[in-house]
Amino acid sequence: MGALSLSQVTKSFGKTEVIKGVDLQVAEGEFCVSSGCGKSTLLRMIAGLEDVSGGDVVLDGVRINDLAPAKREIAMVFQTYALYPHLTVRDNMGLALKQAGEPRAAIDAAIKRASNMLELDPYLDRRPAELSGGQRQRVAIGRAIVRRPKLFLFDEPLSNLDAALRVATRIEIARLHRELGATMVYVTHDQIEAMTLADKIVVLRAGKVEQVGSPMELYNNPANTFVAGFIGSPQMNFLKAGALGQRGETLGIRPEHLRITASGQIKGTVSHVEKLGGETLIYIKTDPHGLVTLRLFGEHDFAYDAALSLDIDPPRAFHFDKDGQRLR
Amino acid sequence: MHSARTSPGRSIAAHAILLTYTLIALFPVFVIVINSFKSRKAIFAEPLMPPMPGNWDMVGYTTVLQQGDFFQYFLNSMTVTCASLFFVLLFGAMAAFALSEYRFRGNLLMGLYLALGIMIPIRLGTVAILEMMVAGGLVNTLTALILVYTAQGLPLAVFILSEFMRSVSDDLKNAGRIDGLSEYRIFFTLVLPLVRPAMATVAVFTMIPIWNDLWFPLILAPSEETKTITLGSQVFIGQFVTNWNAVLAALSLAIVPVLVLYLIFSRQLIRGITAGAVK
Repeated sequence: MGALSLSQVTKSFGKTEVIKGVDLQVAEGEFCVSSGCGKSTLLRMIAGLEDVSGGDVVLDGVRINDLAPAKREIAMVFQTYALYPHLTVRDNMGLALKQAGEPRAAIDAAIKRASNMLELDPYLDRRPAELSGGQRQRVAIGRAIVRRPKLFLFDEPLSNLDAALRVATRIEIARLHRELGATMVYVTHDQIEAMTLADKIVVLRAGKVEQVGSPMELYNNPANTFVAGFIGSPQMNFLKAGALGQRGETLGIRPEHLRITASGQIKGTVSHVEKLGGETLIYIKTDPHGLVTLRLFGEHDFAYDAALSLDIDPPRAFHFDKDGQRLR
Repeated sequence: MHSARTSPGRSIAAHAILLTYTLIALFPVFVIVINSFKSRKAIFAEPLMPPMPGNWDMVGYTTVLQQGDFFQYFLNSMTVTCASLFFVLLFGAMAAFALSEYRFRGNLLMGLYLALGIMIPIRLGTVAILEMMVAGGLVNTLTALILVYTAQGLPLAVFILSEFMRSVSDDLKNAGRIDGLSEYRIFFTLVLPLVRPAMATVAVFTMIPIWNDLWFPLILAPSEETKTITLGSQVFIGQFVTNWNAVLAALSLAIVPVLVLYLIFSRQLIRGITAGAVK
């Protein structure tokens, strides 16, 4: 259970259309990450917190457009945790079931199961104010698990956590997804979260779907410059195809697919070097392409203003027309 | 939290300024209270001296407690103030929640309309209000005063509370909706506790003018059974002779309940500020 399907979903605020006809299929048990502009609005429409201006939101074959959020059998985890400040961790997690009129014993069992999974047992009688940020987000996730929803919605759940906690919580969410086998829709602007968690990534731009696919499909086969620039870190280099004697308007090449050669076509000087230990990023000022990023594995030394020439790895290059669409 | 830069000199200067201000603000109250314990002659001879064994006189208090039904006046004032305060806070907060939370046509106009009352004194409508109360048979009832004071307090309450309610996290309200809480439970259990400092501020601003008001009790409810404490004290102020002992005693007594209410709300204010918020 938990197959979600959106067909021609639109949303307007007054005359401004913010979601422009989104089609999306999320299969049962799939982890779908949505990114780009309009992602949070789309999530809130699935949750029922914003009404749908047009199109159908279907969960398990049932059209849920006009259902109240509580009746949709979904659970949502928010960026700001949104725990009830006046309730203990236990009551925070149990509130939804209590509202639904479940018997006390069933609620206790559900809380126990969730707190075991998230190692929250020692904190059950504390209030949110007495917890750290990471613990609060675990409680918020626990509150979602307790409901056994058909669909989990995550609205940038890691954005308020510091870097180390973000990695730990990301792994935890991936583990939960495996253990629960639940359908999840996850919204983030962070492409690392998208790449590491998703079975399927949906990239939105200005309320329209730009591309849907698995992380590696999007990495290896982007449909346009927007997706190509969004997936992969550091960002793909966009070079002037004409200057390199290549077809199309723009040539996209990832920083890891550039090579230093003596007779390279791209000539420039080193403007900045970032040594990360495992890899070294070199920013090269070139003409007419502007700043080009080169990624080398391991440690390398480069003098500032040293002249470098680069060559592309032709099978790894992407060609785009002047509208940014991929030329195949 | 103490900042490391606070030097003792600056702190002393700040306290000196604040203490001076406190003295200036409390001086009239102080004069009223000390003179209420003195004989009539001593009040006029040395108005700024504290009561001495020689001029100690409780005649003001005995007059106040014997003449007229002062306990009843107190009760009336308390009833009117507390009931008005309750309705102002309840309806003000509800209107503020609707204005800040829901998108509907005319939201902004409605907000402006509700806040307009801040600038227009309700006393301009006294004649019309009196006519309405006569027509409704509400003259000489406490209900009349409660209705007028509720109307008088609402604009400021709506204005201040709607600003504060906008700052309550949307995520929290949405979490409540997903968990199946009704809009009323979201309002009463999630939003109201988070705007408690603002509620306390509004309560203080609303309460004091109501307690001190002479105008509406005089016009709408001057009967013996419905007199408020401020109106009740006026019996001692005559055209030719004023019983200063009794006036000062009545005023001193009138300060006490409002002081107690203020202390209750200011505690709430501090508690509200220090309570844990969303993040």
